Amino acid sequence: MMSFALTRLLRAFATLMLVITFAFSILRLSGDPAIAVLGPMAPAAALNAFREAWGLTEPFWVQYSKYVLSIFAGDFGDSMRDGLPALPLVLERVPATLSLTIPSLILTLTIGIPAGIVAALHRNSLLDRTVILAAVAGFTVPSFVVGLVLVLIFSVTLGVLPSGGQGSWLHGVLPIITMSTVSIGLVARYSRSAMLEVLNAPYIRAASAKGLKWRDVIRLHALPNAILPLLTIIGLMVGSLIAGSVVVESIFSWPGMGRLLIISVAARDLAVVQCILILITVLMVCANLTVDLLQAWLDPKSRNKAHA
Amino acid sequence: MTDMTAPPAAITQPSRLSRAIAALRRLPLAVELASAWLLAMFVIAALAHVLAPYEISEIDLMSRLVPPGSPGHWLGTDELGRDVLSRLLVSIRSSLLIAALATILSATIGTVLGFLAAQRRGVFEHAILMFVDFQAALPFIIMALAVSAFVGASVPVLVGLMAFYGWERYARLARGLALSAMGKGYAGAVMQLGASPMRVFMRHILPNVSATLVVTMTLSFSEVILAESGLSFLGLGVQLPDSSLGNMIGFGRDYLTTAPWIMLAPAAVITLTSLSVSILGDWLRDRLDPSVS
Repeated sequence: MMSFALTRLLRAFATLMLVITFAFSILRLSGDPAIAVLGPMAPAAALNAFREAWGLTEPFWVQYSKYVLSIFAGDFGDSMRDGLPALPLVLERVPATLSLTIPSLILTLTIGIPAGIVAALHRNSLLDRTVILAAVAGFTVPSFVVGLVLVLIFSVTLGVLPSGGQGSWLHGVLPIITMSTVSIGLVARYSRSAMLEVLNAPYIRAASAKGLKWRDVIRLHALPNAILPLLTIIGLMVGSLIAGSVVVESIFSWPGMGRLLIISVAARDLAVVQCILILITVLMVCANLTVDLLQAWLDPKSRNKAHA
Repeated sequence: MTDMTAPPAAITQPSRLSRAIAALRRLPLAVELASAWLLAMFVIAALAHVLAPYEISEIDLMSRLVPPGSPGHWLGTDELGRDVLSRLLVSIRSSLLIAALATILSATIGTVLGFLAAQRRGVFEHAILMFVDFQAALPFIIMALAVSAFVGASVPVLVGLMAFYGWERYARLARGLALSAMGKGYAGAVMQLGASPMRVFMRHILPNVSATLVVTMTLSFSEVILAESGLSFLGLGVQLPDSSLGNMIGFGRDYLTTAPWIMLAPAAVITLTSLSVSILGDWLRDRLDPSVS
């Protein structure tokens, strides 16, 4: 277990370093940031001052090591738009994003998992087919279409819910529904197949052959084993919810990290963009690491699959 | 079949054609509808410029925001009087083209890297697995947004980015499949006969694992359509005056209250197309390869 945890930790760190290197290289290789920010018509003195201030005149490897050190010191540089440090600028947007993603995650798990399990227990019934169809429809409709159609129905036509911005809890209803639609579909489908796999296992047949009531077979043997693979998907959900928040925040003018990313991309505010990039990776790496370790702890079999 | 001594028709081997027709009859309705829709989309993509009644950038300020069903403009017009149907047809072409190109590229990149990892092992394999981890840790849309912030948004950038959509899935899959294939007798036999690694992989292992790869490609094609339209919706990728399904929705969004048809027509096309691909992919998986989940 210790060596497994250590390997996973090392791999997580390697991933993080790779993302930092990625951010650094696109930052430096995409042309002269001085011209990108100040424009090609800027006077040479201003360009030189900018390059000096950002350390762009030093050799490549010096820039790289300085960059890595400053990232670990929590210094992501200043926003090129308003000169404020990038990290606090991004961090102050995090609560708004979390206020959408956490309810969405809860909604996803409380609807998706039971729906998938019930569908698997009634395989090939009308109920099962309905769940599959709804699940497939859920993740094949783009979230921006879901969002805009919800706005069209509830804000434009019925006028019962606000179409954007942040205010009362009512403002959160449409964004959260939009964000959850895709992930509920994915989770329902995944739980269904996880449960089906367990139900086909020999130990379920053995449990029911020894005369255990079917309900107890499900409760004591099937469910605990089906929940394990579902842990993995929670890690995946974190990524899909973050990706979803970019689109959803942009539709509903929600002042979160995703919308800041879009604005910074449009303004080519590189410090803020790379700060968001790295923060999201840290979050993803931590989520995946937690899930892996939790799974290894709960299910010793999975420790051997570390490299699968 | 004029010979009277021939056994009754019911017992004779049916011809290849009639077997194909019988197989088609057995298709579930959903799969039939999905195939028909996709076929229609590919015909439209091929003939978009012939079918489109107007030039896509033809501005007609006299008939702005005409609702659907009006003579001459079946699907209405947008804020500049451009024909929505014509823009839709051309958008289907560009979106499908980008998605198809991206799927083929990422499947190729991923499969080649996966095979290389399986063949070389050692440091090379670890390096590839590290990149797989990296890709899996960074949501695609975030990476795409970051790259386009640095290098600007354009169609080549979009295609280049989309070529990396999901490559890590193919790499993982191809590596796993190749490793298990190499443990089987046939791969060992051709290696013993002196076949080069290239030949073993391309002529012997690839054909044996292609069913799984094709199923994965089909399933990820619908995700690629969604990812491309999402990026175009956010204003990256296809730029004006060209048009794609995602950017039609992005622009139509501003007219949601006055002219929802601008946005609803491409939205319906994206949804039905990705739904059809999913249905077809699931069906293919059940038929060809039950091992992919």
